[in-house]
Amino acid sequence: MPQLPCIIIGASHAAAQLAPSLRQEGWDGPILVVGDESFIPYHRPPLSKAYLLGEKTVDELLIRPADAYGRHGIEFRLGVRVESIDRQAKTLTLASGEELAYAKLAICTGTRVRTVNLPGSELAGVHYLRNIEDIDRIRQVVRPQGRAVIVGGGYIGLETAAVLNQLGMQVTVLEMADRVLARVTAPQVSAFFQRVHEQEGVSIQTAVAVSGFAGDGRVERVLCADGRLFAADLVIIGVGVVPNVELAAQAGLATDNGILVDACARTADPDIVAVGDCTLHPSPYYGFIRLESVPNATEQAKSAAAALCGKDKPYAALPWFWSDQYDVKLQIAGLNQGYDQVVVRGDREVGRSFCAFYLKQGKLIAADCVNRPQEFMFSKRLITENIEVNAQQLADEDIQLKSLLVPVDAALPLN
Amino acid sequence: MPVIKYIQPNGQAVEFEVPLGSSVMQGAMDNMVEGIVAECGGACSCATCQVYVDPAWMEIVGPACDFEQDMLSAASDVRSNSRLSCQIEITPELHGLIVSMPG
Repeated sequence: MPQLPCIIIGASHAAAQLAPSLRQEGWDGPILVVGDESFIPYHRPPLSKAYLLGEKTVDELLIRPADAYGRHGIEFRLGVRVESIDRQAKTLTLASGEELAYAKLAICTGTRVRTVNLPGSELAGVHYLRNIEDIDRIRQVVRPQGRAVIVGGGYIGLETAAVLNQLGMQVTVLEMADRVLARVTAPQVSAFFQRVHEQEGVSIQTAVAVSGFAGDGRVERVLCADGRLFAADLVIIGVGVVPNVELAAQAGLATDNGILVDACARTADPDIVAVGDCTLHPSPYYGFIRLESVPNATEQAKSAAAALCGKDKPYAALPWFWSDQYDVKLQIAGLNQGYDQVVVRGDREVGRSFCAFYLKQGKLIAADCVNRPQEFMFSKRLITENIEVNAQQLADEDIQLKSLLVPVDAALPLN
Repeated sequence: MPVIKYIQPNGQAVEFEVPLGSSVMQGAMDNMVEGIVAECGGACSCATCQVYVDPAWMEIVGPACDFEQDMLSAASDVRSNSRLSCQIEITPELHGLIVSMPG
């Protein structure tokens, strides 16, 4: 009888790492990736950057070409949705009704965009941004001098605003909070990004609630609760994502704001792991967290591959993120949740190069580094090595962060 | 198509044709060469695709840009011939290039 496969649900960043890692860990049975999009795994971050800008083709987005998977016996079923998991029978049911038996299962279902239910939100010209086809549709509407309104001033919204601006559109960003990036950065960093966008010609409106969309057949105006109207040929809604936990929950696996897994990406079912944006997992630095992050999906996939082969390789990497807007490269080390102090290094009010360090009880927990690759790299180490730092040192450009890496004990005898 | 020789952390060398316009990093990813991670997919953001360029090839490969140099200067196990492989674009001149992957 042929060996049953390891099935990976979701042709994602996680799958692109998990499948080859399974081979490296010794899985010699079949590997089947089932994805509801029509593409093999592709890089998602460039969608709101180089792909929207037209600098990259679909082939250039692919994490690996198709034949690389073929050589390792990794098969794909694309454009196929999994409807349910039967853990007792160890089968999946597809939308077509077809059943697939598995030996091991990896749930890499990711997230989906949070949608809004406002009058007119179904109008043509109102878009979300998550996958290749979304961008292809948006690109058909992009034209110089056209008016684009972005709903949501998070990273996706701001990256998209930057690209549409570069493509010659008149761009307005509408943010409900009183500053952009309110959920993820300190006010100092929000103010920086607002300044940069305004310098580039993007209009940023904060503390504004969108109440609906209007137009004759396609969107022409965005309506706000305070009575304001914004003319629009294109609307992009970027108000966050929600994890796809339903398949796991319906199969009786523990879920909350994510599928609950341990440090090795295991669910409570010994034959099932979950990886990537859809998981709620323990971090040695921050407790249980759910991340929207490519590096997280990649690193967690390695742990999951080992777990499926009966090995313990706990995942303990520090979260990190990046965002490219205009000539600004933002690199974020760690998560700033619960910070009690922000220290700025460099001038955030002039130019485009500075860092914001987030401290909690005297320890560095995160750093937003704007065009500061060295500080980013050293911040990662200061955080992971749990080194005590003080605000004066961090703020002083004459003190290299590298010098702070010396263990505290060794650095003490100064006099 | 230029052939790039990758020396994996275990010392085993593998050779692959890598398309023009691709990168040394992408060539390694396409062929599942061991030893690099390439977390950011080629955005020069993570320094997890560091390679050591064979010294004879350093001049042909050319120097790193300032941003890459800054990333490298803070990375671990850096040597004078370290480069981020996502930033080495495949050109006809690179046919035969030898890079080794950090352990």
